[in-house]
Amino acid sequence: MPEHTITTKNAAREQAVRIVKRKELNTWKAVLLRAAAFVLALAAGGIFILMMGSNPLEAYAIIVKGAFVGSVRNPLSSIQATVIIAVPLLIVSLGLAFAFKMKFWNIGAEGQMIAGAIFASYFALRHSGMPHVLLLLTMFAAGAAGGGLWGLIPALFKVRFGTNETLFTLMLNYIALYFIKYLESGPWQGTKGFASIAQFDLNARLPNIGGVHAGWIVALMLVVLTYLYLNHSKHGYEISVVGESQATARYAGMNVRRIILRTMFISGAVCGIAGMIQVSGIDYTLSMGITGGVGFKGITVAWLAQLNPFVIAGITGIFSILEKGSGVLQSELGINAAMTGVLEGIILFFFLGCEFFIRYSFVFRKRRAKSS
Amino acid sequence: MKKLTRILALVLSLAMVVVLASCDSLKGTDETTVTTALAGTVPIDKGAIKVGVLHITSIEDTSGYTFAHHSGIMEMKESLGLKDEQVIEKDNVSDTDIPATKAAIQDLINAGCNIIFATSFNYMNTMEEFANNPDYQDIIFSHCSGYKSNNVNFNNYFGRIYEARYLAGIAAGLKAKQLNKPLLGYVAAMDVTMSEVTGGIDAWALGIQSVYPEAKVKVKVTGSWYNPEAEKAAAQALIDAGCVVIGQHCDSDVTQTTAQDNGVFGCGYNSDMTPFAPKGHICAPIWNWGVYYTAAVQAAIDGTWKPVNYYEGMNKGLVDISPINEDVAAPGTKEAVEAAKAKIASGELFVFTGPLYDNTGKLVLAAGEKLTDAQITGGMTYYIKGVDLL
Repeated sequence: MPEHTITTKNAAREQAVRIVKRKELNTWKAVLLRAAAFVLALAAGGIFILMMGSNPLEAYAIIVKGAFVGSVRNPLSSIQATVIIAVPLLIVSLGLAFAFKMKFWNIGAEGQMIAGAIFASYFALRHSGMPHVLLLLTMFAAGAAGGGLWGLIPALFKVRFGTNETLFTLMLNYIALYFIKYLESGPWQGTKGFASIAQFDLNARLPNIGGVHAGWIVALMLVVLTYLYLNHSKHGYEISVVGESQATARYAGMNVRRIILRTMFISGAVCGIAGMIQVSGIDYTLSMGITGGVGFKGITVAWLAQLNPFVIAGITGIFSILEKGSGVLQSELGINAAMTGVLEGIILFFFLGCEFFIRYSFVFRKRRAKSS
Repeated sequence: MKKLTRILALVLSLAMVVVLASCDSLKGTDETTVTTALAGTVPIDKGAIKVGVLHITSIEDTSGYTFAHHSGIMEMKESLGLKDEQVIEKDNVSDTDIPATKAAIQDLINAGCNIIFATSFNYMNTMEEFANNPDYQDIIFSHCSGYKSNNVNFNNYFGRIYEARYLAGIAAGLKAKQLNKPLLGYVAAMDVTMSEVTGGIDAWALGIQSVYPEAKVKVKVTGSWYNPEAEKAAAQALIDAGCVVIGQHCDSDVTQTTAQDNGVFGCGYNSDMTPFAPKGHICAPIWNWGVYYTAAVQAAIDGTWKPVNYYEGMNKGLVDISPINEDVAAPGTKEAVEAAKAKIASGELFVFTGPLYDNTGKLVLAAGEKLTDAQITGGMTYYIKGVDLL
């Protein structure tokens, strides 16, 4: 008999169905289950598209085409746009993986990204005369520092006073967001009479590599670095232990407080880098819409990928293709762009459902003589 | 587990490749002929014109800013006899989400649009970037409510909505006077530093003061062009503070319905809001964007489009006020409004004529002087006398 049994009713006996935790599921079965979930999600999404009066196969073809194929005049424009969508989402999801691995519920990636963007923007707006490479490196460091410090605040309160980090990180998002509001109609206002921050000097903009700002290279490097750090370093091991059990970590002589602070700084710093890349790579200014919601979306991505950096990259790719492609759906089929959200929701639903089946199984009561 | 997840990643990416490969239409979008002449300099066959539009909220809206722009686009389409597929509207494109703005404009270009309108302020810099791209010199980029243009293929359009705000102010002032309560409120999307909003408040207040000199206007800022919940909260706060007529510069009609629910009155914005608050709404300053869209697209077809900024008012019918709701308005409102309207049309009345004092009592415009268009669009960063934050 399995050790962990979740009962569907209070009565422990005689249930029609019991949900039982599985032993480690055969690898291929698990992969098969997940692939099935993906196909089912597409099928369910298809029904939804059908209900909206369009052909689902055509719609999916348009999504994929819209994400990869540009126009005759600019054949690469679509895939570049997809990569541009993917970069911040990927970096933020990676950043979150650090905190989540430690079971520190960092819901504050939005704020950490914004803090990084604000720090970086300071140098872009006020010290744009620096040599190009030095300026970009300074902005990069400032972005990481800004995000890291913003992430450190809830960690400090957590280790010092045991505050709830979920609420704390969430609330810090709004403080950061509205600080932009203050800056754009206050000290950093660009043109008098218009509430927005000035555009960055050319000097403060990331160069394009392959038609897309250099942020994609940083993102890919971060995938590998995150993987190495989490899986093949002492720090990464410590994070796992703290995540599983703080008591165990303490018995093993680990400095739990320091590990929490250090890890949250890294988590925030990575999100801050995303902010820096966004302002200097694509936005060329600091605005309220800087995050595009990736701080929240990244939570989904990180968990769907079970915090594996390479899988995070894959899931980010799928989400970005969906988002870019469904924008084209609107122009080609007249389907509302809000479709993306629905499709993502459906995929998420099936994936989470599938995780449940991977971890638990149903045990049906064997037929017996009538016993009611 | 690690191995498993890596395999999963592999399978998923393989799946994408398969989907990609099985997609038979990967050859690039079919496009209308690529013209290489500079935008607006050569006539375009009416059948080959393709209009792209970026909206900040939904084209399904039934009132407000996007509704007004969408109605204008539909009017243009009808009066020029364009087919459905010749107009592509992208809605719900957040104007502070720059990557989303870029992607949307790029989609419109890829779809073969030769004239693109972007309706919200913060689309401006992204639009400028596309307009200055050497690859897109044959495409017309037209941006609403900003201040940039490039003398080649990028212009700006807006209008003298302050004329209509002044008229609505007269109606609002007369209502407050009838109620004998010299306190009015205003739900503002942006704070005093945003000239478009602040100038509108000042014009409304001047209209009010022209009929009810002791009246005061209280302002509540939401910080967003479209945020129905914040608009409702702001309107309620103003009403709770005793304001009896509520004006607005925000995109939904919630301010007006809130006023009606509280038994007070209001002036909407962008489109006639009387149908949504028949017992509260007096009249609204409105935009007839069709006037501009029709002229601009016609000029593109004729090859006579010019990269000059468009800034018109009641003279062209671009702005107006919605019909006075006689059930709500104070007696004599229609006559007073008509009289002022005639004076504005004849040039006898210019809304921003000195002396003008700001709310600290400082003289900002000497007696007899008039604000220039540049001052009106970009320099109104002060509330005039009688206007204060709540």
